[in-house]
Amino acid sequence: MLALWNKIWTTPVVTEPVVRTYDDAQIEAIARQVDERARRLFGRSLHIREVDAGSCNGCELEIGALNNPYYDLERFGMHFVASPRHADCLLVTGPVTRNMADPLKRTYDATPGPKIVVAVGDCARDCGIFAGGYGVVGPVSAIVPVDVVVGGCPPPPSMILAGILAALDMRDNPQSVRSTDGPVSDDGAQ
Amino acid sequence: MLTQILIEVIQLLIVGLGAPLLVGLVRRVKARLQGRRGAGLLQPYADLHKLLAQEAVVSETTSWICRFTPYLLAATMLLSALLVPLLTTQTPLGFLGNIIVLMYLFLLGTFFLTLAGLDAGSAFGGMGSSREMAVAALAEPTVMIAIFAIALRAGNTGLDEIIRRGAADSLLLLTPGHLLAFMAFFIVALAETGRLPVDNPATHLELTMIHEAMVLEYSGRYLMLIEWAAGMKLLIFLALLSNLFFPWGVALAITPFALAVAFVALAMKIGALAVGIAVLETAVAKLRLFRLPALLSGSFALALLAVISFLFVK
Repeated sequence: MLALWNKIWTTPVVTEPVVRTYDDAQIEAIARQVDERARRLFGRSLHIREVDAGSCNGCELEIGALNNPYYDLERFGMHFVASPRHADCLLVTGPVTRNMADPLKRTYDATPGPKIVVAVGDCARDCGIFAGGYGVVGPVSAIVPVDVVVGGCPPPPSMILAGILAALDMRDNPQSVRSTDGPVSDDGAQ
Repeated sequence: MLTQILIEVIQLLIVGLGAPLLVGLVRRVKARLQGRRGAGLLQPYADLHKLLAQEAVVSETTSWICRFTPYLLAATMLLSALLVPLLTTQTPLGFLGNIIVLMYLFLLGTFFLTLAGLDAGSAFGGMGSSREMAVAALAEPTVMIAIFAIALRAGNTGLDEIIRRGAADSLLLLTPGHLLAFMAFFIVALAETGRLPVDNPATHLELTMIHEAMVLEYSGRYLMLIEWAAGMKLLIFLALLSNLFFPWGVALAITPFALAVAFVALAMKIGALAVGIAVLETAVAKLRLFRLPALLSGSFALALLAVISFLFVK
């Protein structure tokens, strides 16, 4: 116990300041009509529900890292919740598999509006290496409307964070939203 | 008359507006102890404001209980705020009920919340309700015995009278019965308000949830009312702990100066208890569900010893 207290006492705050260095090629925003009210509300408080629609769990590891002291998602007033009814942002990973297509749709319906959807990872964008597989229905945008796509296999936590923040920023100045395409190579390094 | 109404309005404001700040303080201190920066102190206000403006999705399989419970919870907490002596020992509406009434007001909320957990028919809701009832049934005897321990000392179950006796005779605070009753009541307060080591308010894991599992179905303004009520419950319990057991600074007479001193003293006492809870929650892990009876019967034993010690140490 004393060792624990000593560690708590001697460990400084390790949270890194957020650096937005990613360009729009890596964070791809799809404009969707969202009212001004949602932007004002979410600017200070965002509750996120993670939906694994068939991911390999690579993205989940990176998303899990958002909760650690280094990235500390909570300082932006965001945190993960246990129920879609508590959420206003869905973080969807993976190519949508046949078994998860209906649960994903139902999760989207169970989420109270106004809501935003962030698709995380190459698989969520265009099914990645699983494209055309017999168990795969399609990308996330084939099932539910997507606001922001974060590319990468897997995208690093800072980029996922930038993606969520981009979804919030999008309402500030909708003209800054650019829809880009083309494959993004990202080795997961900073 | 006007003064009395004013005091009750101040009590309502302290409990209603102070609750989110208290929750924010506990979260902030925990974040710092974990080496994180954490959200600001005012974050819970932003959360509640957002929930209030959000759409409320209600399952079509639910009955009126689901929609009624959040209002009942908030109402019982606001009613408790009128009864609890926060600033003065002359709470205007204190005659409406003693500490026993207060505890059963809380239990009424718990009862309806467990019904609401069952209402939607989801597996997690039922699991949370069953656990909540198990914890409530175990905590109930401890609450009553701990209350009797301090009521015996004051010769009265009225909250105002207990505090007046404590403030009049500061040596009472050093009797073993008093300290034992404090420890018993503190453990029960943790259990009743769903804090570690009984329940983890920050968990995302449905399988370990107690309180959170019952409210999984709520959204929008209903969730806002439930979270607000949970914060108010925590604040009222901490206020009871600090005023019943450490009645320093509570205004014995109603003067503006005494009330101001009482307010500062209350804020400091509750702040210290909140920091204590944050430190405790950082240091201990959640207890396994089947270990909870041991913890709660331990607190029952402490409460019983407090009553027995009253018979020997007067």
